[in-house]
Amino acid sequence: MTPAAAMKVTTPTDREVVMTRAFDAPRGMVFDALTKPELVKRWLLGPPGWTMPVCEIDLRVGGQYRYVWQNADGRKMGMGGTFKEIVRPSRIVTTEAYEDYWTGGETLVTTELVETRSKTTLSTTVRYASREARDAALKMGATKGLEASYDRLDEMLKGETR
Amino acid sequence: MKPSSYALDATFAALADPTRRAILARLANGEATVTELAAPFDMSQPAISKHLKVLERAGLITRSRQAQRRPRKLEPGPLAEATDWIERYRKIWEANFKRLDAVLQELKSKQKKTVDALLDDVKPKPKKRRTK
Repeated sequence: MTPAAAMKVTTPTDREVVMTRAFDAPRGMVFDALTKPELVKRWLLGPPGWTMPVCEIDLRVGGQYRYVWQNADGRKMGMGGTFKEIVRPSRIVTTEAYEDYWTGGETLVTTELVETRSKTTLSTTVRYASREARDAALKMGATKGLEASYDRLDEMLKGETR
Repeated sequence: MKPSSYALDATFAALADPTRRAILARLANGEATVTELAAPFDMSQPAISKHLKVLERAGLITRSRQAQRRPRKLEPGPLAEATDWIERYRKIWEANFKRLDAVLQELKSKQKKTVDALLDDVKPKPKKRRTK
C-alpha cells in the first residue's frame, strides 16, 4: 500500500511557489510518469470531468511540450512551453504558459526528484516574473479550482429550471 | 430548502467573469479597499467598482463600516461551498497525484513481472504435475 503522502505548498520567496509530494516509486519511474505522454495523460487532469486529448512532449533541451485539456462540454484549455534543462532522472526545467487563460504570464518551472529508500520526493518550483504575477496566478489557481464548482453550480441550475 | 432561482442566477452571473472571480479570490484572503482590489488589474477604478457592484448585488461581498476606506469583504453565506478555492485547487493536485500514485504502482508491478519472468528463465523449471 502507498502511505498517505501529504502535499505541501509553500511560498519561499516573493516570486515562487513550491509544491512537494512524496511517491512510493524510484525516481526513474516518476521521471517517466512526468515525461511520457501516454503516462502523463492518465494523471495530469485537473478538475473532475476533464481529460487530456493532446499531450505532446519533445523531451530534449529546446524541445517543446503542449497539453490540451477538455471537459465534457468541449471546453478546452491549453498549456505549453520549452524544455530548458533535462537531467534524467533528477531534474527538469521548463517554461510554462497557459494559452487562453488570464494568468501571470510565462513562468519557469523547476522539477526536482530526490530518491530516498526507493521513494521519490517530487518538488515543483514555479517562478514568476514578479510578485504581482505570482499573486495573480495564485488567484487564478484559486479560480481554476472554482471552475469545477462553477460547473457544478451550472448543473444545479439546470436542475432548477427544469 | 432550495435557494431561490433568482439568487442562484445572480450568483451564477456574478461568477461568470474572470475579473470578478479573481476579486473574490483576493477577498478570500481578507478585506481590501477598491484601490487595493484594482491594483493587480489593468483596469480603471470605475471599471473595478462596476464589478464590485455586481458582486454586491449577488450578496457575495459587502462593505465594512470601518472608517472612510470602507473595505470590501467576502460574504461566505451565498457561496460557502466556493470560498475555499485554494483548498479546491489543492484538492485538484491531490487528485492528480493520487492518479500518479496509481500509474506508478502499475509501472512497479509491470517491472516486477518483467524481473520475475527473467528470473523464471534462469531458474530450473519445476517438473510439471499432471492434473486431471
